Amino acid sequence: MLSLRLGMTIMMRQNHSDPTRHWAHDIYEVFQAQNISMVSYVPDAGHIDLIKLCEADERMRLVSLTTEEEGVALAAGAYLGGKRAALLMQSSGVGNCINMLTLIKSCQLPFLTLVTMRGEFGEFNPWQIPMGQATPDVLSAVGLIVYRVDAPSEIREVLEAAVCLAFGGYCGVAVLLSQRLIGIKRFVEEK
Amino acid sequence: MITAPRLNRREVVTDLLADRGDLVVVAGLGATAWDIASVEDNPHDFPLWGAMGGAAMIGLGLAFAQPSRKVLVITGDGEILMGMGSLATIAAARPRNLRVVVIDNESYAETGGQRTPTASGADIAAIALACGFPHAHTVREAHEIEPLRADIHQLDDLFLAVIKVALTDDPRVLPPRDGAYLKNRMRAALLGPQAVFE
Repeated sequence: MLSLRLGMTIMMRQNHSDPTRHWAHDIYEVFQAQNISMVSYVPDAGHIDLIKLCEADERMRLVSLTTEEEGVALAAGAYLGGKRAALLMQSSGVGNCINMLTLIKSCQLPFLTLVTMRGEFGEFNPWQIPMGQATPDVLSAVGLIVYRVDAPSEIREVLEAAVCLAFGGYCGVAVLLSQRLIGIKRFVEEK
Repeated sequence: MITAPRLNRREVVTDLLADRGDLVVVAGLGATAWDIASVEDNPHDFPLWGAMGGAAMIGLGLAFAQPSRKVLVITGDGEILMGMGSLATIAAARPRNLRVVVIDNESYAETGGQRTPTASGADIAAIALACGFPHAHTVREAHEIEPLRADIHQLDDLFLAVIKVALTDDPRVLPPRDGAYLKNRMRAALLGPQAVFE
């Protein structure tokens, strides 16, 4: 019987300006500064550090979802009640959200999602590629404004602009965190 | 065993929303949105014209954002089944001010009355309990409606109630369908008139 154990390695890129500091801190600080107090997620390895930072903050309401579209509806309800939310997901979850995202445009609701990308730069898993490649197009098609971040030094500026656009302009904004930024995921066979 | 005639959804929803005060209501796509519209057009109502499967999670967001208010989600069996995972998400979050009432006619009434899985035994109250809801039960008789109405206002915990109703062809009463209007109306009602300037 063939016995394989799958291990996982992720090469994380650090912020160039301070190599000991992960870019997730930049995102977390923008959340704090912009009063984003509710964060929902279907976890992705690329969001680990940000989720940990949010978990450690008692003022932050963190919600684990069973499917990404729940986070769209949650953000809508939060805004109706006067709170700002963000949804964290992987690109494979974007397809799960499409019909729910019509809520954002139909009601002119502010909506912010941070999407960690798979299926692009350096991808090894062919099953990730179709959704990863379709992600920016389908988000645009359903009415979201899409930004992409490739370098850690860009994150703060892009996220601040995205928050302003979403909550000032009453629209949906997706920030794609590229696979080049996050680090390439590899499964290593251990025999 | 004699079974009582099935409850009428319009009567049930009218009774549940009696003396509602500032109760916040999210109504799922389809018949439940028309049901609440048949009672009145209230600024604390958010009737959905789309986003099927999302009513309960919109309720969760509102319940978190407005912890001092009671938030009632009224939705159908088809709508809640589409967002079944959200019952697990909501149970884990356990907002004490959120209530979910499922008007269960065992049918997709809007599209020709096709049977939903609840007609074949899918038990939404049991699903909610299995997901971790602290309280869930199924209502079949008229005398159970008033205690449920009282629980909506008084129970300091998350709960779900399924109300088995007849498949009826009710007069269609439509709520406003402009989403931006519904959004601004709800925010003004909850946060004050200045909310629309934010």
